[in-house]
Amino acid sequence: MVGNHAVAYAVKQAKPQILAVFPITPQTTMLEKLAEYIDSGQLKAELIKVESEHSAMASIYGAAVAGARVFTATSSQGLLYMTEMFYWAGGQRVPIVAAIATRAIAEPWSIWDDHQDFVSKRDAIWIMTMAENVQDAYDLTIQAFRISEDKRVLLPVMIGFDGFILTHTMERLEVLDDETVDMFLPKRDYNLIDFNDPVNVGPIVTPDNYIKYRYEAKKAMDRAKEVIEEIAKEYEKISGRKQYGLIECYMCEDAEYVFLAMGAWVGDAREAVKRLRSKGNKVGLVKIRTFRPFPKERLVKELRSVRGVIVFDRAYSFGSGGVLANDVKSALYNSGIDVMSVIAGIGGKTVRPLHFEKVMEEVLEGKRFEERWLYE
Amino acid sequence: MIISRPKIGSAGLTGTWRVERPVIDYSKCTKCRLCVIYCPENTIDLLEGFDVRIDYDYCKGCGVCSQICPAKAITMVPEVK
Repeated sequence: MVGNHAVAYAVKQAKPQILAVFPITPQTTMLEKLAEYIDSGQLKAELIKVESEHSAMASIYGAAVAGARVFTATSSQGLLYMTEMFYWAGGQRVPIVAAIATRAIAEPWSIWDDHQDFVSKRDAIWIMTMAENVQDAYDLTIQAFRISEDKRVLLPVMIGFDGFILTHTMERLEVLDDETVDMFLPKRDYNLIDFNDPVNVGPIVTPDNYIKYRYEAKKAMDRAKEVIEEIAKEYEKISGRKQYGLIECYMCEDAEYVFLAMGAWVGDAREAVKRLRSKGNKVGLVKIRTFRPFPKERLVKELRSVRGVIVFDRAYSFGSGGVLANDVKSALYNSGIDVMSVIAGIGGKTVRPLHFEKVMEEVLEGKRFEERWLYE
Repeated sequence: MIISRPKIGSAGLTGTWRVERPVIDYSKCTKCRLCVIYCPENTIDLLEGFDVRIDYDYCKGCGVCSQICPAKAITMVPEVK
């Protein structure tokens, strides 16, 4: 299946009650598939035909607050339009699942893939996961509903998957059968609507209390690390597929240098590691599957004996540095591990295993850099 | 989720904010209850038999009730200080 259809299939199996999705390249075919499912009766949900992404998140926010299971999907400009409501969902700790088909942000106008849109929401109190391939996108979507509704977490979850590269690319996919998903995702158990006890959601909060709510949200985000791993293990049992909740360490046990990245190009990095290993180089790869909460502790543990990390970023914090690179440097502070930042693939510029290979080969020959951009 | 429950006067005695106060001429009032529905602060009480009474502890004197009353039974009178 293509990525968009795989996510739509997972959403169908999760049985949400209210959807509000506004079309945007490269997510549109997902919305079309969801509409087909509803039209044919395979998915019994209400699809609200909203006039904008802001309204999409506002609608499902309201429905989720009342107790419904909900879903939306967007990309780039749509995600930016939705931003105000994104913070509402995170700040109020509402279980919502959103799929983000990653796409470069205008200006310059682009429909091609990078991670700028996805990472722009990293402070909005959402759990953020990224898929490496279509299978990952499907698996993550199913798990997302469990993670967000878990009473220890109660945070919205977003699944990032690369625009066109995953959304429109057909890959082999194994799906769970409907009964298994029903057992894994029991009906959401929450109902706020009680005519004998009318409430107001989201009152104004005075300075003395606001920070206390933010602190509770921080604790929920920290608890999510454990919950994500727990749910990954449970999913592993029912699917028969190995699941890496927070991060995957590929051949990094005895590695001297590792790549670190998130998203579809992790697959390319994997290929590069295989080729480099076949030439006798001790290299590995760290795949960031969960970007928020950032798996600091696991990173420190897995990279204990590594000499250097080459972080590949598909998004940049202008005036500061690569988005992942900054998080990695912060996590590895005082470790003595060399963190080198590579900025590539911005605006959809093609990156192949060869690019990963070349960068690593130069590092193995002794080249060091703080940051380099692959813009040629 | 941050949830609050309705409570009268949670913002304090907002009646002290008034510059003018609405006064109901009950001989003109037809008990249509539009003022009750339109009051932005929900501070006009609906009593037995559809009588209405403005709660001056909280009425901010915005004048919407006076504007909306179809019987022109409500007049805005300056507060004397």
